[in-house]
Amino acid sequence: MGSPVQGAVGPAAGLSTVGPDGAAPTRRGTELLLLGFAAFVVSAALMLVEANQEEQLTLRIVWYGLAFLALFGAAHWAVRKYAPYADPLILPCVALLNGLGLVMIYRIDLALAERALRTGGEINNDVPKQILWTALALVLFLAVLIVIKDHRTLTKYNYTFGLAGLFLLALPAFLPNVIAPTINGAKIWLRFGPFSIQPGEFAKILLLIFFAAFLVSKRDLFMVAGRRFLGVDLPRARDLGPILFAWGVSLAVLVFQKDLGTSLLFFGTILVMLYVATERGIWVVVGLTLFVGGCFVAYQLFTHVQQRVANWFDPLSTYADAGGGYQIAQALFGLGTGGVGGTGLGAGRPELVPLANTDFIAAAIGEELGFIGLAALLMVYTLLAMRGMRSALAVRDTFGKLLGGGLSFLLVMQVFVVVGGVTKLIPMTGITAPFLSYGGSSLLANYVLVALLLRISDAARRPQTGVRPRPVAQVPIAEDRTVMVQRPPTEQAT
Amino acid sequence: MNTPLRRVGLAMLCMIVLLLANATYIQIIKADDYRKDSRNQRVLLEEYSRERGKILARSSNNQIQVIAKVQPTNNRLRYLRVYENGPLYAPVTGFYSTRYGAGGLERAEDEILNGSDDRLFVRRLSDLITGRDPRGGNIELTINPATQLAAYQAMEKQGFAGSVVALNPKTGEILAMVSTPSYDPNPLSAHNGAAQEKAWREYNADKRKPMLNRAIAETYAPGSTFKLVVAAAALEDGKTKDDQVTATDRIGVGGSELRNYNRGFCNGSQTTVTMETALSLSCNTAFAQLAHDLDDKLSEQAAKFGIGENDLRVPMKVTQSCIGPGTEQCMTISDSNALYQSGIGQRDVRLTPLQNAQIVAAIANGGERMKPQLVKSVLAPDLSEIAKLDEDSLGRAMSRSSADQLRDMMVASEAKTGGDGKTNGLTIASKTGTAETGNDPKNTPPFAWYVAFAPADDPKIAVAVLVESRDVAATGGKLSAAVGRATINAFLAGGS
Repeated sequence: MGSPVQGAVGPAAGLSTVGPDGAAPTRRGTELLLLGFAAFVVSAALMLVEANQEEQLTLRIVWYGLAFLALFGAAHWAVRKYAPYADPLILPCVALLNGLGLVMIYRIDLALAERALRTGGEINNDVPKQILWTALALVLFLAVLIVIKDHRTLTKYNYTFGLAGLFLLALPAFLPNVIAPTINGAKIWLRFGPFSIQPGEFAKILLLIFFAAFLVSKRDLFMVAGRRFLGVDLPRARDLGPILFAWGVSLAVLVFQKDLGTSLLFFGTILVMLYVATERGIWVVVGLTLFVGGCFVAYQLFTHVQQRVANWFDPLSTYADAGGGYQIAQALFGLGTGGVGGTGLGAGRPELVPLANTDFIAAAIGEELGFIGLAALLMVYTLLAMRGMRSALAVRDTFGKLLGGGLSFLLVMQVFVVVGGVTKLIPMTGITAPFLSYGGSSLLANYVLVALLLRISDAARRPQTGVRPRPVAQVPIAEDRTVMVQRPPTEQAT
Repeated sequence: MNTPLRRVGLAMLCMIVLLLANATYIQIIKADDYRKDSRNQRVLLEEYSRERGKILARSSNNQIQVIAKVQPTNNRLRYLRVYENGPLYAPVTGFYSTRYGAGGLERAEDEILNGSDDRLFVRRLSDLITGRDPRGGNIELTINPATQLAAYQAMEKQGFAGSVVALNPKTGEILAMVSTPSYDPNPLSAHNGAAQEKAWREYNADKRKPMLNRAIAETYAPGSTFKLVVAAAALEDGKTKDDQVTATDRIGVGGSELRNYNRGFCNGSQTTVTMETALSLSCNTAFAQLAHDLDDKLSEQAAKFGIGENDLRVPMKVTQSCIGPGTEQCMTISDSNALYQSGIGQRDVRLTPLQNAQIVAAIANGGERMKPQLVKSVLAPDLSEIAKLDEDSLGRAMSRSSADQLRDMMVASEAKTGGDGKTNGLTIASKTGTAETGNDPKNTPPFAWYVAFAPADDPKIAVAVLVESRDVAATGGKLSAAVGRATINAFLAGGS
């Protein structure tokens, strides 16, 4: 046999599902197949919307489907070239979520346009902007894959990332209202003309990288036990620094930007990473104590927090109050009307829920696709996060493990916070559903997250190349030399 | 490091399971509560896309005429509400708008028309099984199309603002309900929001108030037509039509004087006249004095005719008619001055045209008042009958002998009334009225009334005509009588 060939440049790289060394398949073909399936599902969803809304079907849908496939085909090509061993399920899951999100945003656009027509309001289509954001996000995705050849290089810039993250997080709070307006009670946006971005979305990822690198470099310190108390090893007081820092940042976000969601996400994710890094459950106890304390303080201090809790408790009784449960109640009405099977895509009234295409998109899906659709959606998220977690388990370096675990958890945490909020499991905190909701920043940031997960999964599944031989041009097998190979000595069983 | 990672993975799965469990609770266990919550507009919006029932009327020769129906469309709402002869029937049908809700019968009988009424349930169930979209039930009106048209045209021809109400005195069926100027409800049910808004704004900005249903939603001073109520009270009190009443030329009321229309004595220079003559000449002083003498018996009689009722639905809600000021003192006449003035249908006396029609209908029906109704029958989508009109007596307003005497007085009154439309061989019993309005009555156009029933010996139709006259010199006789007679003639010509 000839020498192993690097997958990306080998002659059979385009079609092979088997890795160059014959042991680790790249599974890129599977990925392409699943992307095709995602494109089919999204096209079918679009067709249902059209059928239920306008009752006229044109070939346009096929073109949209192909354009969608082309867009993700480009992403697939990038993965094939720059992360050939990456997990084959991650990208199709993302494509499916993003595609369904676009269909849903388009569907809500139609409903809002119809309402605007009735009330003489302004028609404002979000779906073209979201398509633009998707394209931009894929460009960013590509850039991350190309620039970051090895995730471990990120550790070199950990303090830069940390400072940049803090800066971005704090930015809207310190800028004047002209650039950083208060929207829906939260001051987390920067507005440039028709576009607005949430720097906090990027800050989450930057701070996550920083914490992963920081915890890995100082890991040994946190493993040292402090005083023993009631049979539990307490952490040393000076090691409480990072968690107190995270707690402080979370509270600051809550106080200055009134952004419950980001605050919750940030603290939860850091807590989990601390636990993973130290392997000591006591951190979870400490973190949860701080969390409960923070909640208590926030509840006492802020009326908007009290309002959210009251709305969570019984949205129907605060239905008519200003800032009351109207929105949650509308979401529940939608979910209830949808029932098990849903009203059918395009046949419901998701636009009755305010912010239906951002924070409450899960309610729109629950209404039109029913419990079955919502459950399927949650399964796609689970699959995505679990593949990320699997990569974290398989990757060999501790930084990769911590980063992969943190990113995967961040994804599920986002889903939990937003879907839980919409379905009245927890108080509504107002964040976007990853890949699904309308919103450029969230989409861009989550594509960075996925690019990093793909990078880590690529590293996890890439065959060990410690002494990888240089690639040699392969000789057709018929002309290849026949070599006698000596049989290795077999181990004797005793 | 893998052990804690696995535990975190497990925690992630737990979070998703929690979400699924909660979604199960919301979407399956609690789904019905949320779906049926009155604040959930989705159910309401769904009704807009259901095939709404028709509104029908049956002509004298038993032909069914469609007044409101739906047309299938290609857009989301699927059915467009269409009104044949929109302005003619607008006071009856009302309108049906996605944006402004519904009015008139469209609102009052919405449950039947949209198919959610319980009486349609069995049919809806079968629709569900056969997979057909549920349809609404139909409403057949008591309206007689020829009568409605004649009344409307008589009003429109002269450009009158006002109302005509015609009743079947024996059953209470509303044979005509006209309000002019009217409006076309078609643009309000358009599926184009801008068209709806344009029409809505236009109708509401119009000073002539086309969307006001003058027949049941507005009250007017009845003027001399109220003398029928005074006469009824007097007859019930033991007087006869031949009893003498005062014929004086003036009665002092507070600082001013109440005088007859001709500003002299009632009839030549007589000091007294019979009640019949007083009614036929519409002498103000005679009825002012009668009302004063009757005192509380007047308001008792008014109540027997239905004045002061606040819960009448035909099925649209009918505005309360009053003889006293405001809803609190609807049936209270405060002092003797007010009594004098109330006796000639002025001061605080305010009746809807439907109320005035009810009074003549009760007289026509030998004193028994029938509940006015607009719905003859409720029909299932396949036109089988679900419910039909139930004749409903609202009690006896006066004895038969009093009613007969009053009828004779009205026949005498008709003989003294001018205007077009008199036909040989038909005896009409009527009373006209010209009610002063506004703070400056001498220079404000009066309300011209004509209430009548015919044929006098076997009444088949009772009408009340009100014209918000533009002509200061106009009297009820000239303006309204022609409209009233045209309505009566149209109905009787139908051979019903």
